[in-house]
Amino acid sequence: MTAAARVFVVGGAISYRALFNWISPGMYVTTMLGSPLFQILFFVYLGRFAGSQDDDFFVVGNAIQIAAMSGIYGMTMGIANERQYGTLQPLLATPANRLAIFAGRALPFVANGILVSAFGFAMSMILIGFRPAEGSIPSLVLAVSITAGSCVALGMLIGSIGLRARDVFFGANLVYFLMLLVCGVNIANDDLPGWLAAIGRCLPLTHGIEAARELADGAALGDVSGLLWTEALIGLAYASAAYLLFRLFELEGRRRASLETF
Amino acid sequence: MSARLFWIGWLFHLKNLSNSMFFMLVSVLQPVIFASIAFFMFESGSRTGTLLYAALGAGLMGIWSATLFGSGGAIQWQRWQGTLEILVGAPPPFIATLLPLTIATATIGIYSVVGTLAWGRLFFGTPLDFAHPLQVVIAIPLTILSLGALGLLLASTFILYRNANAFANLLEYPVWLATGLLVPLSLLPGWVGPIAWVLSPYWGMTAIREAALGGSAWTEIGICVGLGVVYLALGSVALRNFERLARSRATLSLT
Repeated sequence: MTAAARVFVVGGAISYRALFNWISPGMYVTTMLGSPLFQILFFVYLGRFAGSQDDDFFVVGNAIQIAAMSGIYGMTMGIANERQYGTLQPLLATPANRLAIFAGRALPFVANGILVSAFGFAMSMILIGFRPAEGSIPSLVLAVSITAGSCVALGMLIGSIGLRARDVFFGANLVYFLMLLVCGVNIANDDLPGWLAAIGRCLPLTHGIEAARELADGAALGDVSGLLWTEALIGLAYASAAYLLFRLFELEGRRRASLETF
Repeated sequence: MSARLFWIGWLFHLKNLSNSMFFMLVSVLQPVIFASIAFFMFESGSRTGTLLYAALGAGLMGIWSATLFGSGGAIQWQRWQGTLEILVGAPPPFIATLLPLTIATATIGIYSVVGTLAWGRLFFGTPLDFAHPLQVVIAIPLTILSLGALGLLLASTFILYRNANAFANLLEYPVWLATGLLVPLSLLPGWVGPIAWVLSPYWGMTAIREAALGGSAWTEIGICVGLGVVYLALGSVALRNFERLARSRATLSLT
């Protein structure tokens, strides 16, 4: 295994495990699975009361949005906590490939997001009677994977900002909740004011959820390929911006000797 | 002495919490976002007559979140800050220093109610015509006091869990749902009802809605206050027990 590949795989795994310094694995699982499940139930029942859409609309929207929990919070912590816990300087003093350090952290959170989303869909089948179109599950897995990846990219960007900002978790929380509003999770984009819908279209989730809804409804993968490509490109754009910021803040931090100052 | 301690403690924690970005997010921004989601969903479902209902519900959601995260993490934060031993070692009973904090966490929820009502009025044209304004003015602070007492119970039981903060995350949505803050209980399975009856947010919400939308809120206000007294009694017993165990085992500051 080359040095960069080792940093990518081992570094990413160690970074993921480091999250458990503040939470036990048991409680982490409960939080990652319990809270999202109740989120799905909450919006399904709210949707029934409002009479705006059917159950499937809220199941698909929220079961994919919950992948953003690990993508945004986890990834933000994966990067920003290096500064918080004083490990940023030793990390950046190593000659390790920066792209491998950065990208390696993303992989566990993408997998985590897919798992959480799959749990959300599975529980919705059991508790709410959600039934996706026959044969649509492999395509749904693809849509969820792409969307989880783009959410992680957004988390990377927030985490990179955390290398400079004082309170990055405020931003992470705010973005997570705003996604519930503007990304078509619970309100169809057509029902939002134009400017809110436009913001949603620039964020991860929106196109992925739209594609997943069509797939669950019986559309072929080819019919939604445009939406999935858009979602993937949005993720790539956020990941690129995040990496550039990461490098910029590293260089700036070295130049000003301010890597870990708050 | 106790009244002064309560007043100073409450004011101190209120100022402290009001300066926290996290609590401003929980008590202002999050409820406003949830209120907006509810407004758009109700508009889309042609339930426009329920805008005040949604604004009040989202406001109470904020009170619950502030209480849950504030009180649930109260003792843990004192541990992290190294002030727990000082508070326990001080001459007044520990409950006299902790109760103002849990009431303060519920009090900042007032920002939620004001925020969601103002947001609804400004951006969605929510009518603010309260059927019984006096009852609303009485119901809101009493609901806050009752939730503060529930916060004390949470704080005293969460101390048993090292991951209380994470556990608090788990309780946010279920209580929003089970207490009918945005979704009427009649839409939920029948077994949810008895759970709601022992939770003061349900009675507080019902009282505020009765007062705002028409009907008499006095019975619900009374039950809400009664539950608050029960929480206070249970919380003080649990807290005394925790304090005694922590002193005898020398585990007060262990996290």
